[in-house]
Amino acid sequence: MSATSALVPLPMLIPIIGAALTLFLGRRPRLQRGITLVALSAVVVVCALLLHAADRGGTLVVHVGGWAEAVPGMGPLGITLVVDRLSALMLVVSSIVLVAVVWYAIGQGIRDGDERQPVSIFLPTYLVLAAGVCNAFLAGDLFNLFVSFEVLLAASFVLLTIGATTERVRAGISYVMVSMVSSLIFLFGIALIYAATGTLNMAELAVRLDHVTPGTRGALFAVLLVAFGIKAAVFPLSTWLPDSYPTAPAPVTAVFAGLLTKVGVYAIIRAHSLLFRGGGLDSVLLIAALLTMLIGVFGAIAQTDIKRLLSFTLVSHIGYMIFGIALSSRPGMTGAIYYVTHHIIVQTTLFLVVGLIERQAGASTLRRLGGLAAASPMLALVFFVPALNLGGIPPLSGFIGKVTLLEAGARNGSVLAWVLVAGSVITSLLTLYVMTRVYAKAFWRSRADAPEGALAMASPSTLLGEPEDVALVDREDVGRMPVGMVLPTIALIGVGLALTVLAGPIVSYADRAAGEVLDREQYIAAVVGGTR
Amino acid sequence: MTVYLVPLILIGVLTSTGVYLLLERNMTRMLLGLLLIANAINLLIITVGGRSGNPPIHGRTSDDRTTAADPLAQGMVLTAIVITLGIAAFVLALAYRSYRLTTAEEVGDDQEDIRVSRQTEDEADEDVVRPEPERATDEPAELDALPASRGQA
Repeated sequence: MSATSALVPLPMLIPIIGAALTLFLGRRPRLQRGITLVALSAVVVVCALLLHAADRGGTLVVHVGGWAEAVPGMGPLGITLVVDRLSALMLVVSSIVLVAVVWYAIGQGIRDGDERQPVSIFLPTYLVLAAGVCNAFLAGDLFNLFVSFEVLLAASFVLLTIGATTERVRAGISYVMVSMVSSLIFLFGIALIYAATGTLNMAELAVRLDHVTPGTRGALFAVLLVAFGIKAAVFPLSTWLPDSYPTAPAPVTAVFAGLLTKVGVYAIIRAHSLLFRGGGLDSVLLIAALLTMLIGVFGAIAQTDIKRLLSFTLVSHIGYMIFGIALSSRPGMTGAIYYVTHHIIVQTTLFLVVGLIERQAGASTLRRLGGLAAASPMLALVFFVPALNLGGIPPLSGFIGKVTLLEAGARNGSVLAWVLVAGSVITSLLTLYVMTRVYAKAFWRSRADAPEGALAMASPSTLLGEPEDVALVDREDVGRMPVGMVLPTIALIGVGLALTVLAGPIVSYADRAAGEVLDREQYIAAVVGGTR
Repeated sequence: MTVYLVPLILIGVLTSTGVYLLLERNMTRMLLGLLLIANAINLLIITVGGRSGNPPIHGRTSDDRTTAADPLAQGMVLTAIVITLGIAAFVLALAYRSYRLTTAEEVGDDQEDIRVSRQTEDEADEDVVRPEPERATDEPAELDALPASRGQA
């Protein structure tokens, strides 16, 4: 085992060990925070090394416990961890987001004096979530993917209902139920696939599923797509998301919005191009993508709460990624991969900014906001850049991602692809409209013009915020944004801008990753050896 | 491969009962539905794992069978059972908390959702300029004028 393959399990191991340590150190908040930051920063370094290694030396494979292929034709028997270009890129982006958000959460927590409040479980749970997300990107077999989904879901249940206020419990119940149904459908799919092929290793499955009759194969693909579609919030299965995300604390919503849906998108990419190549559901996926985009953004127009509005745009933009995947071409996949990267960063940033707005103005609904551009020009800038980025204004990364996708759609040339191209442009325009509306209302108009401008929350929502209304003037802590919250937000904006500055290398990397994802022989050869 | 009908019918019955219960709004019923479906799927995995046989340990036999049982299916079911148990415990805690807070076992609707669906066009587009006579015109035109200034006039 070479030195680089020894790095492969680390993105999962470091956070899980960190979680155990921080759980024991619940009474020492300083140490707890230190360990969390060190662990997640170490994960960023490891992931960057993995990205370098996977790009230079090809796919890295680790058979845990040495349970590689014992009998030829049986496939690997144990858990397999695989890092190719796609998973390496996802790992790097996710780990950057994880560090930035935990920095933000700590910045928020210290400021609110969390020594008095029982939030000592926040950091351990967050680390478990990190381990689950990283493991999902590493997983080389379906059952391991299921287990990592469960790990990150269990952690997300705790984070979403943290503090257990009435509203969070209500949102938490529907979130838990929908997530569990999705997991059970996934498990159901695993059982059926195991019945059809006798293996769950993804590389081995890719080979064996080719010999399954097309009808059965299509049905198995559909079951997995429903399971992953719920997680990724693709249209008919997306209604749970805007219902449950907005009630959580800002950093929690930010990390959920950035990462959890993208884990679902990643699973769809794997199912679509590795397991069920030519699965025959591309037109279904294209229509789902179109509806996801349009209905998501229409929902966003109707909202007055910025968190809910952003949740709807999150759903809407999942459509772009599904669009790229369903084109089943290398340019389409390139666009989808670049768009996932861009969207993880920009959506997380926007939710972090909403946290800052809540801190500054004591509300996140447009009915109460106003005059923020004058109250804090810095906050206006911090919102403005990612908002334009989401809307797809050149030269920001949203524009590059969309142009890549539109080109791929045009190159496909079918009627449905052109409809999707038109839908993407409309969605982009409407997203820009929604963002402008938020900017005009929250930042430009006078707060006295807002219908409920005189009201605010009693104190800034903390990790355990119990929203309580008071008159704005009676509010404590007005207009104080801690440095620990502002710096990570600015850092993430910087990463978003880096996606523009380094667009050339990143798009060409995404292109190589897409080529690798679509050329599954190479993945199969790396995992089960050159015997096939 | 021989397929036994009885476990398959049982799986079907468990799943359909589970789906029926899951569609309720009562938390206990939803949890029961979840557990029933989970058990149905576990049973399915065991069924697709093939027939019973020798323990999958080298050199062990049982009832003079010729083939070994599939250990993977049992390993997966064990994992799935543990996960379901953990989640069930969490849902029970959540249900108890929900009962303590609202003294109802039903899951309510999203209030913000209801509000948004009921809002009139006027409310949705609250930029409509409304005459506000109570505002003093000689006050310094501060962009972030505090709402308190309204009352002073």
